[in-house]
Amino acid sequence: MEANLPLIWAGIILFGIMMYIIMDGFDLGIGILYPFFSDRHDRDVMMNTVAPVWDGNETWLVLGGAGLLAAFPQAYSIILSALYLPLIFMLMALIFRGVAFEFRFKARDHERHFWDKAFIGGSMTATFFQGVTLGAYIRGIPAVNGVYTGGALDWLTPFSLFTGVGLLATYALLGSTWLVMKTSGDLQATCYRLSRVLGLVLLAIIAIISLWTPFIDSRIAARWFGPDMWTLLPIPLLVLFCFYQLQRALARKAEVWPFVFTLGLVFLGYVGLGISVWPNIVPPDISIQAASAPPQSQGFALVGAVVIIPIILIYTAWGYYVFRGKVHAGEGYH
Amino acid sequence: MSVLALDLARIQFGFTISFHIVFPAITIGMASYLAVLEGLWLKTKQAHYLELYRYWSRIFALTFGMGVVSGLVMAYQFGTNWSGFSNYAGSVTGPLLAYEVLTAFFLEAGFLGVMLFGWNKVGPGLHFVSTLMVAVGTLISATWILASNSWMHTPQGVALVDGRLIPVDWWQIVFNPSFPYRLMHMVVAAYLATALLVVAVGAWHLLRGTATKAVRTMFSMGMWMALLVAPVQAVIGDFHGLNTLEYQPAKIAAIEGHWENKPGEATPLILFGWPDMAAEKTHFALEIPHLGSLVLRHSWDAPIPALKEFAPEDRPNATIVFWSFRIMVGLGMLMILLGVVSAWLRWRGRLYDTKPFLRFALCMGPAGVLAILAGWYTTEIGRQPWVVYGMLRTADAVTPHSAAEVGLTLVLFVVVYLLVFGAGVAYLLRLMRVAPQPDETPASTPDLEEDHVFTLAPEFSADKPGSTEGGR
Repeated sequence: MEANLPLIWAGIILFGIMMYIIMDGFDLGIGILYPFFSDRHDRDVMMNTVAPVWDGNETWLVLGGAGLLAAFPQAYSIILSALYLPLIFMLMALIFRGVAFEFRFKARDHERHFWDKAFIGGSMTATFFQGVTLGAYIRGIPAVNGVYTGGALDWLTPFSLFTGVGLLATYALLGSTWLVMKTSGDLQATCYRLSRVLGLVLLAIIAIISLWTPFIDSRIAARWFGPDMWTLLPIPLLVLFCFYQLQRALARKAEVWPFVFTLGLVFLGYVGLGISVWPNIVPPDISIQAASAPPQSQGFALVGAVVIIPIILIYTAWGYYVFRGKVHAGEGYH
Repeated sequence: MSVLALDLARIQFGFTISFHIVFPAITIGMASYLAVLEGLWLKTKQAHYLELYRYWSRIFALTFGMGVVSGLVMAYQFGTNWSGFSNYAGSVTGPLLAYEVLTAFFLEAGFLGVMLFGWNKVGPGLHFVSTLMVAVGTLISATWILASNSWMHTPQGVALVDGRLIPVDWWQIVFNPSFPYRLMHMVVAAYLATALLVVAVGAWHLLRGTATKAVRTMFSMGMWMALLVAPVQAVIGDFHGLNTLEYQPAKIAAIEGHWENKPGEATPLILFGWPDMAAEKTHFALEIPHLGSLVLRHSWDAPIPALKEFAPEDRPNATIVFWSFRIMVGLGMLMILLGVVSAWLRWRGRLYDTKPFLRFALCMGPAGVLAILAGWYTTEIGRQPWVVYGMLRTADAVTPHSAAEVGLTLVLFVVVYLLVFGAGVAYLLRLMRVAPQPDETPASTPDLEEDHVFTLAPEFSADKPGSTEGGR
């Protein structure tokens, strides 16, 4: 049997990006939430809940880039040249927040505020431009013969700015429910309150994007409101269900469930966007098949992916297991 | 695509990779050093090994963090700035990069958390395994990225179909002719650069009169490394050079500043001079007759290729590579000297208290890093005007952005990198300025470094408020 390599690779990359959104989502979210907490020890605890895992989380982003280059080099070169500026801004922002993990603890007291700001600004800017990138991607990238044909600022649209803000709320909710799970006391109480508001905001954003995208492209409208409408209906219903369960879990002060239902919401939103774009890899015109690397490349890399990704998942899970439980003030190696 | 935009894109790539390459090089060497230290501690239970482990793991963590964020930029820059290259060769370099991420980056990141934060969470055996995994990860990473880079220098195992490369034989692609030499040369360079840093920090503390067991041990370990490995590196470098002569003769001609061969005449070795690309000659050349033939051909009068044998548009910039090569070799010779003197002083029992030698060792601290940069400039600028040697020109690889776009991002990169990595290096130096402390326990407090820093730097102690809450 001939394996459908492009399809499998699209699946792997979609999985990698989803892992990235979920995992780096909550640690970027912690940076976004920093302004709500001014106490130094609270901030130490917040950072220490993710310090042992953040760079593993960010590695999924590198896998996204490398996987795209390996399996769909044409898509990689079109998308990355089209989204040049927002991607560069995102990478620079990630530099600031990435070094803040180390620098903040090495800084003297009077310098620390600078790295706090770097962490906040870096997390927010990186998230915002990831959202902008996502929005611009969904809107579509014009290309002829494998070369991007748009302008330098085509990515800047009301829709992409909105998805930028939307992703800020998404990551903030992931971060606050993560902190509900990992912290205790006043810090946790604040996170409960924040999560309830952020949950509402996220629901509103999902609703607006769901109503906005069909106007961008008639094919997206046809997909959701055409003959498949009843097959796809469970997705919005599940969104409502997760939202309801999230608010209930927050109300009864559950510690793990709020994070779980937030994951559910994010996952459903991601699937929804995927359905809108499928089967294109560079919307609106270039399909997964058309942008594929030759089978020699996809096959060679697939062997590694199939063998190694499960191993990665196992030791990543082990890492999370080692650092399970609440984080308290004064912990950490620094 | 204007010439200006191309130059700006090249400067941007050179700038970002020059910063990036330093951090992984140090993490490669440092991760292995930490694994050795932890192994020795587990075996002997001598406290100073653990002391050194904790000391260098802080420096390692800082370096690693900077390597991660600067490396992320590289992974995306191939597409943002060099989409012609990604489109043309992505089906070859992409899978190699994907393997690097899968087999190395995840391994390093996955076990780094336990290595740095897991002392109280896992047993010593499992902790040691974590350190080993990080060390192995850095070496696997070096292997893949150098396979990819070497393939760009000596491409093979591919076919050109519809303007894009198709991999035909992965074995040939990975084990391309320059790969073994480049890999060995780079990994050994990383070890040497790290050893020189360790030695310099040891020398600094010895000069300040802090001759604890830990300080003497790190100084001694680093010196053994310099003594044994610096000469080996020279031999590997010679083999690498002969390999380059075979596959990239224009690069060798540029390195030697050698313009033309007269019939029957041996090639001299130009020690110093100023290669002039426009005038097609090397000014002020200080030559040793026959030595070029001897070194590169191992013969009395066989000539080496000369630059004029290549069309002007196919010549790399000899002015730059002539000098970057000599800087690398000069620093390498100083490293060999350092190792040899250390052996003599060790034999005389004066290794730890010969002040001029300690000062020499201190000055050599950055030499390894500088040599790595000089070597990279030599090999990469020497590959020009090609990105994939003989197949794809740099001018055809670049993304057609406007000069304004590339200029804007270049300025941002320069500002951000100088600020962030400048601060990072300042923090590194601050950590190194403090001697390893014997009383450190696994659950050390967040303020530990600060307290120790100020015992050595009284002029700054006014900066330190007694108990200040953060978040101001």
